[in-house]
Amino acid sequence: MDQILLQILNGLDKGSAYALIALGLTLIFGTLGVVNFAHGALFMIGAFCAVTLQRILNISTVTIDPTKTDFLGNPATIKTPVVETWFGPEMGASIIDWSVPLAILFAIPIMAAVGFIMERGLIKHFYKRPHADQILVTFGLAIVLQEVIKAFYGANPIPTPAPEAFRGSFDFGTYLGYEANAIIYPYWRMVYFAFSAVIIAAVFAFLQFTTFGMVVRAGMADRETVGLLGINIDKRFTIMFAIAACVAGLAGVMYAPINSPNYHMGMDFLVLSFVVVVVGGMGSLPGAVLAGFMLGILEAFASMNQVKAIFPGIDQIIIYLVAIIIILTRPRGLMGRRGVMEE
Amino acid sequence: MSTSNLTRRGLIKNSAIAGAGFAAPTIFTASSAAAYTNEPTGGSVTLGFNVPQSGPYADEGADELRAYELAVEHLNGGGDGGMMNTFSSKELTGNGILGKKVEFVTGDTQTKSDAARASAKSMIEKDGAVMITGGSSSGVAIAVQGLCQEAGVIFMAGLTHSNDTTGKDKKANGFRHFFNGYMSAAALAPVLQSLYGSDRNAYHLTADYTWGWTQEESIAAATEAMGWNTVNKVRTPLASTDFSSYIAPVLNSGADVLVLNHYGGNMVNSLTNAVQFGLRDKIVNGKNFEIVVPLYSRLMAKGAGANVKGIHGSTNWHWSLQDEGSKAFVKSFGTKYGFPPSQAAHTVYCQTMLYADAAQRAGTFNPCGIVEALEGYEFDGLGNGKTLYRADDHQCFKDVLVVRGKENPTSEFDLLEVVEVTPTSQVIYEADHPMFAGGALGACNPGA
Repeated sequence: MDQILLQILNGLDKGSAYALIALGLTLIFGTLGVVNFAHGALFMIGAFCAVTLQRILNISTVTIDPTKTDFLGNPATIKTPVVETWFGPEMGASIIDWSVPLAILFAIPIMAAVGFIMERGLIKHFYKRPHADQILVTFGLAIVLQEVIKAFYGANPIPTPAPEAFRGSFDFGTYLGYEANAIIYPYWRMVYFAFSAVIIAAVFAFLQFTTFGMVVRAGMADRETVGLLGINIDKRFTIMFAIAACVAGLAGVMYAPINSPNYHMGMDFLVLSFVVVVVGGMGSLPGAVLAGFMLGILEAFASMNQVKAIFPGIDQIIIYLVAIIIILTRPRGLMGRRGVMEE
Repeated sequence: MSTSNLTRRGLIKNSAIAGAGFAAPTIFTASSAAAYTNEPTGGSVTLGFNVPQSGPYADEGADELRAYELAVEHLNGGGDGGMMNTFSSKELTGNGILGKKVEFVTGDTQTKSDAARASAKSMIEKDGAVMITGGSSSGVAIAVQGLCQEAGVIFMAGLTHSNDTTGKDKKANGFRHFFNGYMSAAALAPVLQSLYGSDRNAYHLTADYTWGWTQEESIAAATEAMGWNTVNKVRTPLASTDFSSYIAPVLNSGADVLVLNHYGGNMVNSLTNAVQFGLRDKIVNGKNFEIVVPLYSRLMAKGAGANVKGIHGSTNWHWSLQDEGSKAFVKSFGTKYGFPPSQAAHTVYCQTMLYADAAQRAGTFNPCGIVEALEGYEFDGLGNGKTLYRADDHQCFKDVLVVRGKENPTSEFDLLEVVEVTPTSQVIYEADHPMFAGGALGACNPGA
């Protein structure tokens, strides 16, 4: 039982990332009708916003310490972060320590701008083109974006730690009557799960309870009629693209401490997120969230030793296996609507 | 009015004969004049540097390329000469190789076997490379080594740590300076025993490919021999990015040591995840929980940040070594590029020097001459102490470094500290050891 609880917890954070990326994908698909293969790259750019802020906060003044030498025997240099000079050593160190949560504020305008430029600069030219063209151009864009990141940040992962207060893990087992260490779960992953729940709730609330959201939902249902009513739906859809880019970017920012960001991380999530969207049902926002968590948890279960002993290699194929079964039994996905991608 | 007897059939026949006449001597001279593949005929000789320039190991590939360029500079008499000055053999004088200026071409392995073979093939066939070297993966090294054997050129392996490279997949035209999984395990086991005792339960997470399998086999055998119990061996997909579901059950398994048979991005992520789960703060079976990373790479350790602190592993070479060869190489590389070289840079620099020296001693670039010159060759001054290129399997035998993630690094390069230099006598094995059995070196192939 403790093993099952443990894997449910493990699946939650993985599912959170899948759900957030799939949510953004579905928003873009539902509003603009574009299959955006660059969405994983937006997740990656979000993570690199955290890396960039960390680097900005670590910009230092360099002084030479003649008492020490570097690896070549030259006098060593001592770097003092500028924020420590400005705010004092303790406050400065705290600001650097909290660089990942602070990166949320840093990432929102950047991701919105990236989303806006992407949509206005490239994707709008492909609205009326077939989905295959959209896939090719957005996939190409994803490759360009990851190569740009690689050119600036290198190919190796870059450590981006969580604040000191959230390092380490929480022992659920002792609270639930199990042995110590039976169910441990890192604090930051709990934060990630809570954060994604807030973002998902905020997106749903925005679409459900605001006039803007109402228009967007109406546009998703019947773009032409909304346009005929004199509403500039294109402008609103551009804003939705920027919002979807922000959702993916924030998912990336908060994911940075879980696995050190590298230029390839977007691609790692992209294919899985598409499977999530298809399983959830193309165009269905609740479907994307439900499928994200479901597949995340199933993937965690499949990597249990007991399961792998019965089905070797199941951890590598479980998501695709489930996707095949669901598509065979429910061709529109779990919560797919009639008419989406069926014309 | 002149008449012509030229018919369509006649034209084709005559053209075919003429074509064959022109072509035949070329084919004939090519095979008769060249004693071996890509015999250099002008004033220069071309080497092929096949490194990952794209993909996840691009940074290691870039460091290898820097070292290759430095080696070429030194061979051609430029720079300060680096390890040429400390190398026990004094055959190389900065006048190229056998009086020929050293030139090079590069290929991108992409850390994919098929791409690596294609780029090696192109360098051999189009650019006339007489030797191929480099790489940052055992899968790639084994694939390219096989290609070089067929093509009749020498392969000087780069960063490849699988036992199979000089074990069941060894080839007469292939040589490895880098150490291997067995040697890592043999060097690490005694240090682990003295640090953590003989009564330990180890849990292995292993990357599911040739290197991971041989590394797991080696370290499990070495630790079991000193009394440790292996609780579980779990294979993880190479494409994994989040290892939480593999790490979460570790504490519950009764294990008190986690061995991460992972490299590169896998190692960074699995180690980061293990530290996140607080494994290192736990007490299991009355002992501190420990993590071991059998193969360390400084470039990769950087990605794991502070998580490497206090964690033991092994490495082929480290820039902080104080022997004359290492100091000369670090000075030369550091002056040119502004930072210390990685172990990948070191091994490929050594491989280039060893190839050049072997050609110089053999008096030829003929692969069979090179093989003869390198087999059983003993040398010193290249940063690892006395080293032997064993004739039986073309594996270098030298001291192995046991390292630990440094607690208080003084710079961004100062991530690992050398805990012990394990002498060659402790890491050497018989050529027919079961972990290396199954293949045959075969005969050298000069090609042509």
